[in-house]
Amino acid sequence: MSPVSTTNSGVIYQAMKNCGIRLMSALPETWLVHLIRMAEEDPEMTLVRLAKEEEGVGISAGAHLAGVKSAMLMQNHGLLASINGIVSCAQLYRIPLLMLVSYRGEFGERDPWQTEGGGVTEELLRALRIPFSYLDRPDHVAARIAKAQTLALSANKPVALLLCRDLMWEDA
Amino acid sequence: MTRLDALNAIYSRLEPRVVVTNMGAVAAELQSIGHRPNFFYLQHAMGLASSMGLGIALSKPDRHVIVLDGDGSVLMNLGGLTTLARYRPRNLTHVVFDNESLLSVSTARGDFPTATSTGSDLARIAAAAGVPRTITVSTIDALVQALDEAIAAGDLATIVAKVEAVGPPAYVTDLSLLENRFQFQRYLRS
Repeated sequence: MSPVSTTNSGVIYQAMKNCGIRLMSALPETWLVHLIRMAEEDPEMTLVRLAKEEEGVGISAGAHLAGVKSAMLMQNHGLLASINGIVSCAQLYRIPLLMLVSYRGEFGERDPWQTEGGGVTEELLRALRIPFSYLDRPDHVAARIAKAQTLALSANKPVALLLCRDLMWEDA
Repeated sequence: MTRLDALNAIYSRLEPRVVVTNMGAVAAELQSIGHRPNFFYLQHAMGLASSMGLGIALSKPDRHVIVLDGDGSVLMNLGGLTTLARYRPRNLTHVVFDNESLLSVSTARGDFPTATSTGSDLARIAAAAGVPRTITVSTIDALVQALDEAIAAGDLATIVAKVEAVGPPAYVTDLSLLENRFQFQRYLRS
């Protein structure tokens, strides 16, 4: 059994549904498996499985211009792989993006290969002037997702929510 | 064939459809023929024009989307071909103008050849990625015919059009990026 929290994944998924999100792009990583499965099983959701996370910037941009609310599910290393798309598509063209980024490599990380990205994630977001917040407790998930989306749409810019170990991992 | 001649030949097919282009020569040349609110030019973010086209095609299944791409951009996002094929939007046609070079940084023909100049075959790559209809064309007539057939077939297609490595005298036009973006959004949502 995966110790990824099914309950909290469900809280996150329902919050995104309640925000009107009808398209999600995703590249699988351990913490996202339940979210991706929920999107796949939901007939109201269009799930686009990617080869590389940067594609999701273009897909969300197209969806936004066409009037469809979307979200991107990725690991923080996927954020690293998406930087030019974020800058040269989303920021250059003032496109809102709602990025849910699993925050690997913070305290408690056991996988050695995840530890380097964790140390640069927040400074990278600040350098890119991407507003961000944390999802680390189920009770604030719905409000923070809704507020993040509100800012993304009013400012026409990318925003990020960092999915933290305390929320995503049951034996944290 | 030149890309400008090719664009002139297919302009009547572009006119009523949603068009997304990649950066550089194709954007300037299409604008020189005639900008329309249903044309969007992704002037940077090389590789993502086809991803944007996919996002639009999935969101607007009743509109036909034509992506005008380039060899340099497609080579930067080969994985995107597998995503396109995986979701197989029937309302998307992917036209790749292949001049075998990164023209906008060149000062003379052939300055910065891409891998298509040494044998990489984008139509075969697209076919191997799973795109159901692929073809390489090198004449205007063959391009027009391939585009008409792709539209009539109602299925995802990648058409690689071999063109000369010549471009417009200037790349910056008087259409601002944001004006284009908001006009296009208004068109798509109306």
